[in-house]
Amino acid sequence: MSQHRCAEVGAVAEGDELAPLQVRLTRADLVRYAGASGDFNPIHWSDRAARAAGLPEVIAHGMLTMALATRLVTTWIGDPGALMDCAVRFTRPVVVPDDTDGALIELSGKVTKRRDDGTLVVAITARAAGQTVLGNATATIAPSPPHKDISG
Amino acid sequence: MALDASFVGRRYPAAAGYQVGREKIREFAEAIGDDNALYRDPDAARAAGYADLIAPPTFAMILFLRAQEELINDPKLGLDYRRMVHGSQSFTYHRPITAGDELSVTLHVDGIRTMGGNDMLTVRCEVTDSAGDPVTTARAMLVVRGPDQ
Repeated sequence: MSQHRCAEVGAVAEGDELAPLQVRLTRADLVRYAGASGDFNPIHWSDRAARAAGLPEVIAHGMLTMALATRLVTTWIGDPGALMDCAVRFTRPVVVPDDTDGALIELSGKVTKRRDDGTLVVAITARAAGQTVLGNATATIAPSPPHKDISG
Repeated sequence: MALDASFVGRRYPAAAGYQVGREKIREFAEAIGDDNALYRDPDAARAAGYADLIAPPTFAMILFLRAQEELINDPKLGLDYRRMVHGSQSFTYHRPITAGDELSVTLHVDGIRTMGGNDMLTVRCEVTDSAGDPVTTARAMLVVRGPDQ
């Protein structure tokens, strides 16, 4: 993990790229995420339900793709507590075939803004099967994790 | 079927609170394939200045899903769950969700509109701790596709 970390947030400049992340999702991963999140919508585990909803076959949870997008950012900053906000639009479904290869999600990110106080804005790109699956995916990072004194 | 626009402005406070457990945080981190030590090792989390394990940024979705259940299952709203897709999602973090938190959640219906034959439902979830302080604000836009042409 630490090898992906940005050396010093203070040294980050606009245009800097985050270490890319590739994640392969199989049907088993979708079932695991369904259980962990409580999202049991059958379009994420039943081809029959997916087709009835007008999809070719089972698709990944949009929130699993968003979790991977935020993972790209929090791995880069090291401390997830520095995340101030994140937002995505779900523009295309991630179809996950019922085989051992599943779907490959390719994530990348770039620093688009560095404010005077050191706050960073990152734009995230997520692709599956060669097409973007998220739109306007952004995260804002505080100069230092601002929530450290919560134990009292 | 169009959604009932009179639902805009309604609030749905969850009946029960949510206790954040270490094992649930670890299970969620495992499900998203994230090995960050702050999600798994309480000593590492304390060394980083937190009271206990912190949760991944999208963990609040667990509370969101519970909170929206009563709304989307209300027959008066007229939402066909089978035609619903997630249009967009955002989170604003007031502080990280931490193991040991006793969280409360209230769902707000912020907007209902029709565009291009689809209904768009905008909902907001306010997550607060036992002191009443804000923890996470989550917003979603849910799209209910209109009848096939």
